[in-house]
Amino acid sequence: MSVATQDTAVSTGRVTRTFIYLLLILFALFYLMPLFVMVANSLKPLPEITGGNMMALPQDWTIEPWLQAWSSAQIGVEPTGLKPYFLNSVLMVVPAVAISTVLGALNGYVLTKWRFRGDSILFGLMLFSCFIPFQIVLIPMAMILGKLGLAGSIPGLVLVHVVYGVGFTTLYYRNYYAAFPTELVRAAMIDGAGFFRIFWRIMLPVSGPITVVSVIWQFTNIWNDFLFGASFGGQSQPMTVALNNLVQSSTGVKEYNVHFAGAILAALPTLLVYIVAGRYFVRGLMAGSVKG
Amino acid sequence: MGFLDISNVTKSYGTVEVLHRVDISIEEGEFLVLVGPSGCGKSTLLNMIAGLENITSGEVSIKDRVVNGVHPSKRNIAMVFQSYALYPNMTVGQNMTFGLEMHGVPKPERDRALKEVAALLQIEQLLDRKPSQLSGGQRQRVAMGRALVRDPDVFLFDEPLSNLDAKLRVDMRTEIKKLHEKLKTTIVYVTHDQIEALTLSTRIAVMNQGYVQQLGTPKEIYDTPANVFVATFMGSPAMNVLPARVAVREGVPNAVVRDADGNEQFLPFSQPGLASRDGQDILLGIRPEAITDPDGADRKSSNVVPLENRVGVTEPAGSDTFVTMTLGGKDAIARMRADVTVRAGDTFGFAVNMEKAVAFDPKTEERIEP
Repeated sequence: MSVATQDTAVSTGRVTRTFIYLLLILFALFYLMPLFVMVANSLKPLPEITGGNMMALPQDWTIEPWLQAWSSAQIGVEPTGLKPYFLNSVLMVVPAVAISTVLGALNGYVLTKWRFRGDSILFGLMLFSCFIPFQIVLIPMAMILGKLGLAGSIPGLVLVHVVYGVGFTTLYYRNYYAAFPTELVRAAMIDGAGFFRIFWRIMLPVSGPITVVSVIWQFTNIWNDFLFGASFGGQSQPMTVALNNLVQSSTGVKEYNVHFAGAILAALPTLLVYIVAGRYFVRGLMAGSVKG
Repeated sequence: MGFLDISNVTKSYGTVEVLHRVDISIEEGEFLVLVGPSGCGKSTLLNMIAGLENITSGEVSIKDRVVNGVHPSKRNIAMVFQSYALYPNMTVGQNMTFGLEMHGVPKPERDRALKEVAALLQIEQLLDRKPSQLSGGQRQRVAMGRALVRDPDVFLFDEPLSNLDAKLRVDMRTEIKKLHEKLKTTIVYVTHDQIEALTLSTRIAVMNQGYVQQLGTPKEIYDTPANVFVATFMGSPAMNVLPARVAVREGVPNAVVRDADGNEQFLPFSQPGLASRDGQDILLGIRPEAITDPDGADRKSSNVVPLENRVGVTEPAGSDTFVTMTLGGKDAIARMRADVTVRAGDTFGFAVNMEKAVAFDPKTEERIEP
């Protein structure tokens, strides 16, 4: 037994191993390069960038570009910095993620544990919504938002993102709950728990991994969305649109250091979410995929 | 009207009827076992009693109250599931009192009930653990405890022992039997294991293909099976069912079977009524333990008949030796004492206890009432 195991194991000599690590380090450096460029240049004064080497570390360290990007950079016509738009993004993302995740969980629960005639067709239609390109719905969405009086407001954006996200979250939760033993639901029914009580006390406590998946997915998509934000944002545009307005501005001096700082600020929340919850992300994805 | 009445109940999925006119009625304190091969509808019937499946037609009543359409939680039943269905996020104690909590029982009372049942099942030391930290047998106990805490009118068991290993299964079987004798509760128990059915029940309903084949006490089911299906399903090894012919000699009906060498052997029945079938083909049913060596034959029986036949195969099984022979063109099994000396190929003088023999109609496969 043990001999066979040694034979079949990947036999790595010291040379091979060194080579593998070198290669890995090389790739890591390659992928970290853009981040390095962004961080390094966001900490330099502008003349250092325009007059020198993009790859060099700052000679004169400064956090001025960050402060500018945050609170005083020219966004469009107002010198407000990214701060108010960051706030807009947060006000949009948090309710949109929460509502779409809760709705997805409820849908998944109903579609697996309270099955009804035509539930597979309904699920199929909801899945279909995952494949509709954003651009197609722009005009009908604009009409609906106008009719509801939500055009150009944060609640309008929340609605758009919830509608768009609920297909994905339903898919996640349905597949996760499909593997959840139905006998538990039946036991709870006999014990006298109702629809919401079973959901709250029996299903949700074991839904941690898939909730992480849903939250990461929704958070990233909604935070990074540009098209809906630019189309329906109106006076309450999200971070992504503001960043575009900052970077693409065609008047005045191009303040690359401020642009770099702003770009990092815009990417920071999604990065944080991945670092905090990423460990559960793969686990949750696998959990749903085995059976469904 | 009994304590639990199932009258004229059918179940259909679309146009397919899976349960046909089931009639079962049991008294308070009875232990009813629904037994049958998989797909016979026994679990469906149990779920209908529980209220987890709709009743297509007919009535189920508990304590003289028709419960069709009554929500499972309002039927005053408790169920033990095959997978135990313990809530994974709750401790054992929370699992057991969840039902009481949902029914609005105040905390002190819940704790008292929990303590009582935990003591009864000897699981007091497990109350703070999570189900994942329990062994199979402990989970089984907790699942039963969760049902007991509720103090319901009827307990429903859905194949509760089938996930346990062989030894534990026997232990838990005894435990359930003891529990029933102590608490005198009404139990409906589903299993595919005929030994569980015979050992536990006060009444058995043998089911096949959506029909109740026979409803009776374990002894009735075992000694006078209603048809060939019940005869071969209940008992291990199965009852020998052999093609034979009735011949009346000196006023006594005999079963005529051909032995391994093709010679006719005459085995006189104890039921004189079978004389009316003179000359007709029948199926002769004999349990393996009714074919023995002459010394091992039942001394109380008044109708032990000698039978010379060639031995096919012997299978020593520790406590018994099983001997296979050809009889009526089929393999018949005899159950002998362990120390009997029989060799394959020899001709051996068997003793057949014809008091225990039954006859079936070869066309309908129903038992012929003598």
